[in-house]
Amino acid sequence: MAEEVTGTTWTVYDANSMTQAEIYGHVLCELGEENPDIVGLSADLAKSTKIGLFGDRFPERFFNVGIAEQNMFGVAAGLAKAGLLPFVSTMAAFTSMRACEQVRTDICYQNLDCKIIATHGGISFGTAGSTHNATEDLAIMRAMPNMTVIVPADGIETANAVRACVDHPGPVYIRVGRGFEPTYYETEDYGFEIGKAVELSPGTDITIIACGVTVLQAAEAARVLKAEDGLSVRVLNLHTIKPLDEAAILRAVTETRRIITFEDHSVIGGLGTAVADVIAASGKGCAFEKVGIPDEFSLVGYPEDLYAHYKLDTNGIIDRVRAVMGKDFEEDENWDDEV
Amino acid sequence: MALTQTELRTLEQMAWQVRRDIIDVTVWAGGAHIGSGLSMVDILVTLYFHILNVDPANPDKPDRDRMVVSKGHGGVGYAPVLARKGYFDFETLKTFNQFNSPFGMHLDGRKVRGVDVSTGSLGHGLSMALGLALGARLRNESWYTYCLLGDGECNEGSVWEAAMAAAHFKVTNLVTIVDRNRLMIDGGTEEVMGVEPFADKWKAFGFITKEIDGHDFNQICQAVTEAHAEERAPVLIIANTKKGSGVDYMEDNVKWHYGSMDSTLADQARASVDKRFNRVN
Repeated sequence: MAEEVTGTTWTVYDANSMTQAEIYGHVLCELGEENPDIVGLSADLAKSTKIGLFGDRFPERFFNVGIAEQNMFGVAAGLAKAGLLPFVSTMAAFTSMRACEQVRTDICYQNLDCKIIATHGGISFGTAGSTHNATEDLAIMRAMPNMTVIVPADGIETANAVRACVDHPGPVYIRVGRGFEPTYYETEDYGFEIGKAVELSPGTDITIIACGVTVLQAAEAARVLKAEDGLSVRVLNLHTIKPLDEAAILRAVTETRRIITFEDHSVIGGLGTAVADVIAASGKGCAFEKVGIPDEFSLVGYPEDLYAHYKLDTNGIIDRVRAVMGKDFEEDENWDDEV
Repeated sequence: MALTQTELRTLEQMAWQVRRDIIDVTVWAGGAHIGSGLSMVDILVTLYFHILNVDPANPDKPDRDRMVVSKGHGGVGYAPVLARKGYFDFETLKTFNQFNSPFGMHLDGRKVRGVDVSTGSLGHGLSMALGLALGARLRNESWYTYCLLGDGECNEGSVWEAAMAAAHFKVTNLVTIVDRNRLMIDGGTEEVMGVEPFADKWKAFGFITKEIDGHDFNQICQAVTEAHAEERAPVLIIANTKKGSGVDYMEDNVKWHYGSMDSTLADQARASVDKRFNRVN
């Protein structure tokens, strides 16, 4: 069905019938029609990453370099230096680790307009095991100067992010999943802006901060917690991990006093760590927990089973939120004694 | 076409000047990759003062040729060439390695005028040069990309990924030159990690190879001219050089990959350079 989709507006129907990567492939084709400088690169994963759709449409502007990720990112840097706008796609594991130095030194150091769409992020390819998982990529990419890091919630947000990155200067890392992750958004028209968190529901008792595949689960969990526990749960889709929307986090600190983060990534160095840095620097106390993959290599399994195991599905999020609500925490509104 | 006597004299004079400059910069910097810088002087001087279409007054002009010095540790040799070409005042190299200088031992293209691509970590340059060449071809632009590799650098697997791709994409607007000085940090290339049979390896990867004396301006010039004319496959020029070339006590001496000089050693080095080129000031 995907082949029949045309036009520039993506709907829940498209998102439900296509993977994030497929939507990316179609959006890139649209962008390629508008902008002749866009070129695509793949390392023998044109089909898996869906950049092959662009390659079919613009064969002369597409380079499949074979299974050679280091060369691919170096070539992309050269193409950018020649005035082209490269979109580079391979799995998140190989982008962030096999070609780490080329991404850092060839692309970020030179602050080049290279747009990286990394697929199979986190444990979304859980059956493949840790060789093909990427639970370190956000930590790695965040640490690179000049890099913008985006983790879209679903296919519709992927479309928004891919479009937005064209006019966003410098290197951009967009991390998507592998397969048919269920979609949160119903239309593209919700005010996506790089670097700005989206508040999915207002709340005053606790803030859930999520990115990527955990966004939908967090929103579902918030509904259940309201109905069953009477909790007022604020849900933030923090799709941009860098630059971080610090103002949204600080509002959560002062207005809800409890924050919990959920991410398909190691608890070291990703979304939760980024949020924790802001909380710590604010000088204001806040009950806090970060939930993700613990400091271990993931078990093998289908993603839904793994997300349940690591408390990243709706039930897991409900469990962890209840735990944080039960934490002994000073509810005093007077910050003076805490600074 | 062979160089005229005047052209040859100009290149000889410039190569002598740059060798003197490298000694100065090494002293100012407190130490530098002087052996690596000296081995590639004649190649860079031939490119910048006879071959490259570049304009120091307009360093970003779109149709300029691109130079990728993949052996980025040769910065101490590259920076004086750029200065003498007119990209910046030679005197600014007195800040080399100093706090907040634009010049560190590996030149940063965002800080140093004339540097197209930042390099330093070995094995990256050929991929970036390939991307530049593919970009020029895609845009129907006639400029060339030149890539200067170190021979020890060719231990890096990424060099061969790039080589495989350059041949696969039949890139012929790229001229790749290896500074074959036969030495790396820990010893001779063939002791530490042999690259021979070097030309055969490049041929097997789909390159047309040429082997020259990398200190002979006529041979460098001729090989590059032939590479321009080649339309069948990318060309690899193995330029046989001496590490430390021009300074007698450094030549072919592994100790001088990186080094610093006191005033006595620096004076000896200057005397050696002057004697060799017979242009005593």
